[in-house]
Amino acid sequence: MDKDKLAGLYQQWNQGPVEQALKKTPERANCAQTPAGIPNERLYTPLSLDEAGFDYAKDLGFPGQFPYTRGRDPLGYRSNYWLFMQYAGCGDAEEANKRYRYLLSQGQAGISVAFDLPTQVGLDSDDPMADGEVGKIGVAVSSLQDLETVFEGIPLNKLRQISLVANAMSSIILAMFLALAEKQGVPVDECTLRIQNDVLKEFISRGAYIFPPEPSIRLTTDVVTYCAQNHPAWLPITLCGYHIREAGANAVQEVAYCLANGLAYMDEVARRGAPMERVLPQLSAFCAVNMNFFEEIAKFRALRRLWARLVRERYGVGPEVNLGLSLVNFTAGSSLTAQQPMNNIVRVAVECLAGVLGGCQSLFPCSMDEAFATPTEAAVKVALRTQQIIANETGIGDTADPMGGSYYLESLTSEIEERALKMIEEIEALGGSVKAIDQGYFRRNIDEASYQWQKEVDTGARSIVGVNAYQEADEAPMEIFRPPAETQERQIARLRKLRRERDNDRVQKALERVRAVAATEENLIPALTEAARAYATMGEICGVLRSVFGEHNEGDI
Amino acid sequence: MPKRHRIMLAKAGLDGHDRGVRVVAMGLRDANFEVIYTGRRQTPEHIVNAAIQEDVDAIGLSILSGAHMTLFARILDLLKAKEAEDIMVFGGGIIPPDDAQELKQMGVKHIFGPGTAMDTIVAAINQSLGQQEVN
Repeated sequence: MDKDKLAGLYQQWNQGPVEQALKKTPERANCAQTPAGIPNERLYTPLSLDEAGFDYAKDLGFPGQFPYTRGRDPLGYRSNYWLFMQYAGCGDAEEANKRYRYLLSQGQAGISVAFDLPTQVGLDSDDPMADGEVGKIGVAVSSLQDLETVFEGIPLNKLRQISLVANAMSSIILAMFLALAEKQGVPVDECTLRIQNDVLKEFISRGAYIFPPEPSIRLTTDVVTYCAQNHPAWLPITLCGYHIREAGANAVQEVAYCLANGLAYMDEVARRGAPMERVLPQLSAFCAVNMNFFEEIAKFRALRRLWARLVRERYGVGPEVNLGLSLVNFTAGSSLTAQQPMNNIVRVAVECLAGVLGGCQSLFPCSMDEAFATPTEAAVKVALRTQQIIANETGIGDTADPMGGSYYLESLTSEIEERALKMIEEIEALGGSVKAIDQGYFRRNIDEASYQWQKEVDTGARSIVGVNAYQEADEAPMEIFRPPAETQERQIARLRKLRRERDNDRVQKALERVRAVAATEENLIPALTEAARAYATMGEICGVLRSVFGEHNEGDI
Repeated sequence: MPKRHRIMLAKAGLDGHDRGVRVVAMGLRDANFEVIYTGRRQTPEHIVNAAIQEDVDAIGLSILSGAHMTLFARILDLLKAKEAEDIMVFGGGIIPPDDAQELKQMGVKHIFGPGTAMDTIVAAINQSLGQQEVN
């Protein structure tokens, strides 16, 4: 239809039936904008897209092609569904091993390993700061010995994917993994290794940092360039928006901060002369799926498009290079309520739908009881079934990018991209992510967004069922997971035995080598691998690196 | 004569999830409390020493890592050892209801779980410490 004619009809509608309806019932105040503050028009039409200068070929294209708005894979989910994942790892290495063997026997093709907090921040299980945290929220890995136990009876090459949630200490975990592969003597490239390896988000949000930002980026880059050279099929870094979002950022900030960090890493990787056409296709993004359905779907599409556009120009790669980020979507833990927790099943289902419609490659659903504790087996099973129902019964994967072309969705996608790009330019003007961290840019903006959200909930401007709407006075208690009690003692005893029995001369030599290499620009992975082989512990290796790099300390605020 | 209450908010142990504690810090400040936030990754010793030095009326601990039984107990023990039990202890985070009950028996005054309204937190603290002066 002719544009002017349509504009005329739109005006007639707005002045006629709309005006009349408004006289009877005014519009709700809370439909005026999305949670990220993007105005919601009353209705979206082809005119909205025209106004934004929308061009199908330039802005959408086709699945598997630049700018990847419609997905990374040409076939969408028509051949394979996304990977159904669940996050696991609790207790000591033996308990984790039992759990992984069970999951594999149930047909799961990959393993995602979560580490406990002491391991994540480079402390051994017997460090005084580790008291009470050993084996909670993940498995304790103080040395190669623990990793050997985790994968006892599980040949690495029999797994489709192993995902290691390692960040500040990712270089050391990679080294331990390489040493483990040598020990098992298996062709390790038959399995895809994914390492989270995004340390900047630890400073911005989650807090599992060890060293200051500069040397942290160096370690991240060591992992990326080492893998690009030696294991090009691996996924050596996942750009994380999830933790930033969960810390209180809105959807636009999530996209912007996640990608700004990605640019900081890739700039350093490029500076080291790594082959960018090999590195860029191996990148993934790990983002939250929150409750605002359309904003979330649009966010994933904007994220892919913006990244592809940014890096194609910046690193000058050719059109044959796949710049479509592989999406690992995880439903938002912060959207779960402790009130009427069964309702969380519905929230997770809605979020899973948005995650899939956004075009994810793998999807992690939260479990209904996560506002209380690590989930029970029963709760995890409901979450897994949720994905299976969505995949098998709803038909949303039967055509690629089924939401593409929706006037509202495409308008939101463009709006999110535009706003996120502005933020990235703001960060670049400060000198990039590291400088922005130093200046408190991220935390200041996230604090503002999260406090704003809280105030909206407190005033009732934003309704959350069970929390500030439809509350119930007496709620039935829910069964809660209890972590095994004796994990810490058992883990510490095993670690102390290892320290007595290993070749301590070899450990010392290996640690000295780590110290020497750390002071240069040389890639640290080979020296770290020798330390891992010698059974040097996480705490010992990090201790040496701390003495060279220093420690990040947030201090009193 | 009522005064402004001084509250120390703290992240004990290794848990870095601080959205909740930061929001509570901002909320308490807006409700006219004096708030000192320790930042992340503090030892119970540091928190208790700082609380005594700063002469606070209460310590609020945020723990989402599952280490709450260990860390709250340690803080309460240290306060007792230093004869500073007049400092009220409260907290929040991912804490199962049974544990919250046990913590209260141990001497933790309030546990504020996910979804607690800011007004509820302010009212509970004011009730425990006595109404503070209003600007």
